[in-house]
Amino acid sequence: MYAQMIKSEATQDDPEKLAAFQARIDAGEKIEPKDWMPEGYRKTLIRQIGQHAHSEIVGQLPEGNWITRAPTLERKAILLAKVQDEAGHGLYLYCAAETLGVSRDEITEMLLDGRMKYSSIFNYPTLNWADIGAVGWLVDGAAIMNQVPLQRTSFGPYSRAMIRICKEESFHQRQGYDAIRKMAEGTPEQKKMAQDALNRLWYPSLMMFGPSDKDSVHSAQSMAWKIKMNTNDELRQKFVDQTVPQAEYLGLTVPDPDLKWNEERGHYDYTDPDWSEFFDVIKGNGPCNVDRLAARNKAWDDGKWVRDGLLAHARKKAARKHAAE
Amino acid sequence: MTREDAFTQFLLQMGDNTLILGHRVSEWCGHAPVLEEDIALANTALDLIGQTQMWLGLAAEVQGDGKSADDLAFLRDAWDFRNVLLVEVPNEDFGRTLMRQFLFDAWHSIQLGRLMKSSDERVAAIAEKASKEVAYHLERSADTVVGLGDGTEESHRRMQEALDYLWPYAGEMFQSDEADAEMVKAGIAPDPASLREEYDTLVSRVLTEATLTIPESRFAHKGGRTGAMHTEHLGHLLTQMQWLQRAYPGAKW
Ligand SMILES: [Fe+2]
Ligand SMILES: [Fe+2]
Repeated sequence: MYAQMIKSEATQDDPEKLAAFQARIDAGEKIEPKDWMPEGYRKTLIRQIGQHAHSEIVGQLPEGNWITRAPTLERKAILLAKVQDEAGHGLYLYCAAETLGVSRDEITEMLLDGRMKYSSIFNYPTLNWADIGAVGWLVDGAAIMNQVPLQRTSFGPYSRAMIRICKEESFHQRQGYDAIRKMAEGTPEQKKMAQDALNRLWYPSLMMFGPSDKDSVHSAQSMAWKIKMNTNDELRQKFVDQTVPQAEYLGLTVPDPDLKWNEERGHYDYTDPDWSEFFDVIKGNGPCNVDRLAARNKAWDDGKWVRDGLLAHARKKAARKHAAE
Repeated sequence: MTREDAFTQFLLQMGDNTLILGHRVSEWCGHAPVLEEDIALANTALDLIGQTQMWLGLAAEVQGDGKSADDLAFLRDAWDFRNVLLVEVPNEDFGRTLMRQFLFDAWHSIQLGRLMKSSDERVAAIAEKASKEVAYHLERSADTVVGLGDGTEESHRRMQEALDYLWPYAGEMFQSDEADAEMVKAGIAPDPASLREEYDTLVSRVLTEATLTIPESRFAHKGGRTGAMHTEHLGHLLTQMQWLQRAYPGAKW
């Protein structure tokens, strides 16, 4: 999922109002931007939606890394369409965040100076063409696990953004699976690329769901508010159960020697990712953190003259129109 | 030059223009000045690659030696490419990218309008489909050129510099040779030179609104659309674009 370790804000509001608010959520009503909401609800949502939006934006970089090397015209077109979708998702989500009173520029600045995070997965590199397939298959696959239930989240604009996004995500996952399948069924070198991609991206994909429930301290309030719909471990298990048979079908080996079907539980038993690596990445020490943030900062800084120019022109135009009236 | 060779050359010119420009525009992915531009640039690149599939697909069909559009895109060397030099010059800043796009879109939209009346139905059909996309590209690139030309002092200066740099590359789009004469005779495509007047009118209207000055010199670099001499940039672009196909011959992707 694209939002990890979202700290819920403590709330110090009028208990009566809080109770009425909770009752609305429990009754399945949607909270709209003009409605009263606890300050903690608002702040937590900004953090979560913002992190999700930033993930869509930073997520363009590892995939963009291969657009100019896509091996066929069709693959290039598919990848361009996908990356364009992801930028669009960022846009819907920034708009949803704006309804909570934070402008796109403000929230962008918070990404650029490191105050806000994006998903840990995008701090891993894409090193061979099969990674592009693996990103669609695993990363979009994991994102869908989280985003489908979020269509029912309590905050109206967030829920509506999720509904639009989910429509496109299933195409992302399918194209990824299709791309890696071609590789897995291809030449020995292609098969090696596919296995290499799975080896590197398996555990980082499991990390996307956030720390284990026993170490996840912020969940209860968010779940009561229906900002978080499932626990981290629930979603991770669901992802493993869905993905392992797909890997088997592809003839690829999931890099977990202890992975096995547990008849009694009706689930796969699997090895947790190395959580110390996860916390390192979150702290900024992943393989690509510095470069990703530098790339976003460079785009923003280099683009300043463009944003200023277009704004100045819009003002001049408005003034001329005004003068003519 | 036989009619068939001239037709193939014409189709390669169309398809290589969209391929190389689509590639250049796609280099922006994730690095644009503002999110809306990321989306718009990806969309433009996507349209251009889609058009490439159609033009090069038809070129392969006309050549009739069992090649595919992908073979033409990924397995030819620089001297076999027939795109104009304008589309292969590097992106540089956003200003040069958008000015290049505008100078190309203006030609492209006029060219496609003529090709919709081509005697070859396949050409007319591709032109019809592409012209809708290109009308939108032109609207957008023209608006942006005006916005930035008539924006701040800095944006104006950058757009003028972009125009000064790119203008010598505009003229090649209107150069004719014997292959073009063959296409005109067959009613397949217009004489490139015949597009110039309409182009100049369109371009000068937009650039005037953008408060930019068209350079006086009509000097034009050439060699791209005939393949006689590309820029140094094309080879680098191809090393990246064609790498996987070259490194793993015969693999299916
Ligand atoms: Fe997305
Ligand atoms: Fe996606």
